Formats: sequence, structure tokens, C-alpha cells
Amino acid sequence: MIWFVAALIGMGAVAWGFRFAGQAVTGNAPKFRDMPYGVAYGYVLGAVVLLWLVWAYMQGRSADPAIANKFFFLRIAIEGFILFAIAAWLFRILGRTFGTAWSRKMFRSMPLTASFGILTILIYAIFAVFAGVIAPYGQEQIVPGVAANIIPGGDPAMGGNPAFPLGTDQIGRDILSRLIYGAQNTVGIAFATTVLAFLLGGTLGFLAATLGGWLDQVLSRMVDVLMAIPSLIFALLLMTIASVWAPKLGIPLTIFMVVIIAVIDSTRVYRLARAVGQNIVVMDYIEAAKLRGEGLGYLVFKEILPNATAPLLAEFGLRFCFVFLTIASLSFLGVGIQPPLADWGTMVRDLAGFVNFAQFAPLAATAPLLAAGAIALLTVAVNFVVDWMLHKSSGLKE
Amino acid sequence: MGNVLTIILKRLALGLLTLLIVSVVIFVAVNLLPGDFAEAILGQGATPEAVASIRRDLGLDQPLVTRYFDWLGGALQGDLGSSFAQANFASFTGTTSGATTVAEQIAPRFGNTMFLAMVTAAIAVPFSIVLGILAALYRNTVFDRATNIFTLSSISSPEFFLAYILILFLAVLNPIFPSLSNIFDGMPFSERLEKSMLPALTLTLVVTAHMMRMTRAAIINLLASPYIEMARLKGLSPMRVIVRHALPNALAPIINVIALNLAYLITGVVVVEVVFVYPGIGQLFVDSVKIRDIPVVQACCLIFATAFILLNLTADIMSILSNPRLRHPK
Repeated sequence: MIWFVAALIGMGAVAWGFRFAGQAVTGNAPKFRDMPYGVAYGYVLGAVVLLWLVWAYMQGRSADPAIANKFFFLRIAIEGFILFAIAAWLFRILGRTFGTAWSRKMFRSMPLTASFGILTILIYAIFAVFAGVIAPYGQEQIVPGVAANIIPGGDPAMGGNPAFPLGTDQIGRDILSRLIYGAQNTVGIAFATTVLAFLLGGTLGFLAATLGGWLDQVLSRMVDVLMAIPSLIFALLLMTIASVWAPKLGIPLTIFMVVIIAVIDSTRVYRLARAVGQNIVVMDYIEAAKLRGEGLGYLVFKEILPNATAPLLAEFGLRFCFVFLTIASLSFLGVGIQPPLADWGTMVRDLAGFVNFAQFAPLAATAPLLAAGAIALLTVAVNFVVDWMLHKSSGLKE
Repeated sequence: MGNVLTIILKRLALGLLTLLIVSVVIFVAVNLLPGDFAEAILGQGATPEAVASIRRDLGLDQPLVTRYFDWLGGALQGDLGSSFAQANFASFTGTTSGATTVAEQIAPRFGNTMFLAMVTAAIAVPFSIVLGILAALYRNTVFDRATNIFTLSSISSPEFFLAYILILFLAVLNPIFPSLSNIFDGMPFSERLEKSMLPALTLTLVVTAHMMRMTRAAIINLLASPYIEMARLKGLSPMRVIVRHALPNALAPIINVIALNLAYLITGVVVVEVVFVYPGIGQLFVDSVKIRDIPVVQACCLIFATAFILLNLTADIMSILSNPRLRHPK
């Protein structure tokens, strides 16, 4: 702590020196002459952080296992960051050279974060669709004659097994296969839930906006009440009730979960759809369509929906993130997607204890972090893309 | 001033009404359960006479509306009924020791959760406002982009991912803070603070992003106004323009988003408390959900909803109060 404060103060002195040196060397160029002290400090801070990262990376590659273990995760994080950045960059170049004129134009104006997002979503989609082909083992398969808790890394000297590059879990199932199937289960279920929420909330929202009157009042007040209860808490309450009903009715708990979360999240979609719809309903072309004698279905699907696509699409991305995180949290708490289905939230909970071995066997600690990281990576990717879409559609250039 | 008072009173009335309806929703939802408490307590081998007698004792033979008002009246006086699991346990061992009522179980944990929320707020609010001001000051620079990416990542990661990352770096690899938050009564404040540091930091990461982005957006929104232009033309430094001229006018949306995030904090503690085994109300809630201890689930739900509604109400009222046009009507 003392060292930390001392370093901060020391950097302050260096920043002052940096600005002074800059002024002296460049002959008082405007860049240095007008540089506020805060900016100079920022430059020095940035340089120090970069240097520290390089130093930490070197430590992570050192021969002494005690030191290397300590910086192992930082090393992986840095390597992963650089790797992803390069992949996103290459992907953007690829998009700029191939494809239709429209897609090339889109890629040209794309920031690196957005191309990273699109690339990641594509990879997840491929894994989700072809999980059965890519995964070396089944998601519930306990390979005979294979020990439980094999350490990831595939190095026999350290308790690994080359056939299981990410090791096996506490009852001997292949973690790599379960991670891949997790893409199918977790992402697939979250996607289905979001679609359901949109069908429900979107339809009701547009109806309320077009018809107005008592239907609008009743629906809006109901949504107000549902939104007054925090969503995760309400989902947990309803899941408790569903867990009693599920065995009695013979319907899997997962289906209850999909419906419950879809209903809870459709309230947010309803709000947006109604607000957007109300703005569209007062337009002249709607009046014209009404005077032509068009029916309700035509109004909603042919007139309102096409004009509300952009905000709804952005909302779909954000809503997917929320639903995905809610499902992961529920599974992590043990009331979401039920075993033996492979699911990332459940995997984190089951393997979490291994984090405590990070100091001695860093590879053992990677399994729960990989599952949690897989969740985080997808939501971050979707958020990056949505951020870019919103920025583009709003015409914000600041 | 009378104008503002009416608006605030209207808001309060609306909040109370919402709370009432929410309590109805929770009560009805719980009563959708097949069977009732009596059958659940006695298990499968219960005789009809025993079930009937317990029903009479607990008042379950009353109609639904009467039971609702009994429950609500009790809840208002701090009596939230008796916990299932504890009642089972007490009747099994023949002792009445330990907390058998829901209120006794919840009371100490509620204090713990409030402590955690307060520690988090004390770290997160200043941190995010300073970060937001800096990002607005150095907008569109490397610093702004890096903060943007960092906050976007932390807001979209699941809480447990952030929690395990913090455990990995701050508890396992560099033993600075303990990874288990076993808090108990009579613990000295400093030790309590140290033990609840990791959960508080996790929650800070979760809520900071939103608050910081709103602060930045609120300030940047104002920067195009004529009076900011004026301040700039007077030759004030960018920092002074933002802190003295832009910030006071951006306070309304910032206060609003802080209150909303505190509402999120009180309810979003569930996952974090489970990860760190923090003895708060969220952990009790999840445990009760797993063993289907309905009275406790019902009570926790009501408490969370109340906190959520109250903080949302505060956000509303604060944003009314911080609007000078409403405070001083022409």
C-alpha cells in the first residue's frame, strides 16, 4: 500500500519532468506548452501500466514455477487480448475485401470492437449449431476407465491426459465437450427465451399502441406492477413454485424457466414497443392506411413493424444479454438449467472450488474460469455490436 | 413550492399503491403452490386429522382474502410468520431453541446486507463520478476509449465471473483480502470491513459502469449549451468548466442513476453473497428457494421488492427536487 502511494507520487514528479523535457526538446511546441498537468500525468500513468504489463508478462514466462504460476493468468489474459485483437483486425480486413458492396461498406466504417463482437458471435453460433460434430465426447458421457478430476493441459507429468485437453470434471466427463455443448444449451435456451419475450412483449406493445383505450391502460398497469419487482428475485420466487409443479405435471423445469423469464423480460420489451409504436401511430401514413380501411394485422405488421425494426433490433441484443445473464445466474444458483444438460452457469458452480488451487496448479483453476469467461465473452461481444449499432443509427458523432 | 409538494405526495401514494399490489402478486404467486403448508410440514404420511389441526393452528382454513390481510397485517408489525425448515427442525428435536420465526432469521442478515450495500456505495459512487468526469474531460481520447471498453466489459460480465476473477487475483494469488466473508455479530468494524471487501469490490465493478457512463453522457450533453461556450470563452480551464459549470446542471440525471443503481445493489447482492458465502439476506433467499421454505421466500421477496420500490421512489423524488424549474415555479 505504501509502495503504491509512493509510486503514484513518484509518477507525479516524472509527469512534471516529462512535460518540462518535452517543452525543452521541442522548443516549446504548442502540444507541450499547452499540455495540462493532468494529461502529462495520464501519459506517464499509461506508460507505467504498459511497462508493468510487459514486466508481468515476462514474469509469467520465467523459469521459476513459483513466479510463473503467480503471473500465469495475467500472461494468458495478455496473450488472449492480443490474439483476439489480431483476429478481429484480420476479420475486418477480410470483410473489407470480400462480400457485397453493402457489407464491404459496413466493414469499412466498423470499429475494431464491433468486428471483434461479430467474429465472436459467429464463432459461438458455429459451436452452438455443430456442437454434436465438434465435441469429442457426449455431454453426459462418462468415459469408461478415465479418472475424474483430470487436470487441464494434457501433460501426464502434471496429472493430465492428452485425450482430455481441458481435463475431466468431478464425475469424469470431458470438460471441453461440456463447454462446447454449453454453447448449444445455454446460448440456445437464452435465444429461444428472448425470441419468446419479443413475440409476447412486441405484439402486446404494438397492440396497446394501436388500439389504445382500456387495453393499453390494463396492460400498462400490469407491466408497471411486474416491473416493480426486481427481475432476478421474481424469477427465483416463480422458479420455487415451478420446481414444485414441474414433477407433478411431468414438464421439465427448463421449460418453466424459459416461460417465466420470457414473461418477466417481455415487460421491458412491451415498454419499448409501446413507446416506439406510439410515435409511429401518429404519423400521416398510418392515418392514410386507416382511411384506406386496412385491418389491424396490416397496420401492425406492414406499417408499424418495419419502421420500428432498428430500435427493436438493438433492444433484442441487449435483452438477449440480460436473459443470458439471468439464466446463467439462475443456473449458477442451482435453480436454472438442470443437469445432466451441460450448462456454463452450473459448470462454474460445480468447478468453483478449483480456483483456490491457482497458486500451485494454475491449470486446475482454469476450468471454472473458462466456463464463466465463455459467458462473459459472449455478452461483451453482443454489447460491443449493439453499442456500435446504436452509435451508427443515432448518427452520434459528437 | 406547493406544486412540488403535490407532485411528491402523488408519487408517494403511487409508490404505496404499487407496494400493495406487489404484495398481492407475491401472495397469490405463493398460493399457486399445490397443497399447502400443513401438508408440506407433515410430509406424505400425514393423517387427515393432523393436517386439519395444523391448518386450524396456522389459520389455513380461512379464505384466501382473510389470509392475505392477516399476512399483510403481520408483515406490517414485523411478524412474517414462522419458517418452515426451522419449524420442522424444532418439532423434530423437541426444542424451541434457535430462530423459528422468519423475522428472527431475517433481522441479523438484513443488517449485514445493508452493511455490504453501504460499503459498496461508499466506494462506487465517488469512484464512478470521478471516472465519469475524467472521461468527459478527456473524451474521444485513448483514456476515454479504454474506460469505455473496460466499463462495457464489466457491465456485461456475469457477477460470478467478476467475483472469481477478484478471488483469483486478490485472494489466491496475492492474499490481500479473504475470499470467504464469514461475518458474525460483535466483530470489530475494521475486520468486518476487510472481510466484506471482496464482495463490495465485485458489486462496485458491476454498478460503476452504469453510473460512470451516465455521468459522462450527462456532462457531454451539456457541453454544447451556450453558457458552457461562454465559460470556455472566458478562458476557464476545461476542468473548471466541467466541475463548476456543467456538473451542477448534470446532477439530476446523475442522482437518478445512482439511486437506481443502489436499488440494483440491494437486489443484485444475491449472486455475490452466494459466491462469498456472505451471511446476508440474498444467501438466505437462495437457500430457502432450494429447500422451498415458502414463508422465508415470501418474506425475502417482499423485503427486496420494498427496497427496490423505495429506492426507485427516492430517485423520482430526488430528480423532481433537483429540478429548479419545478422548485421555483413562475
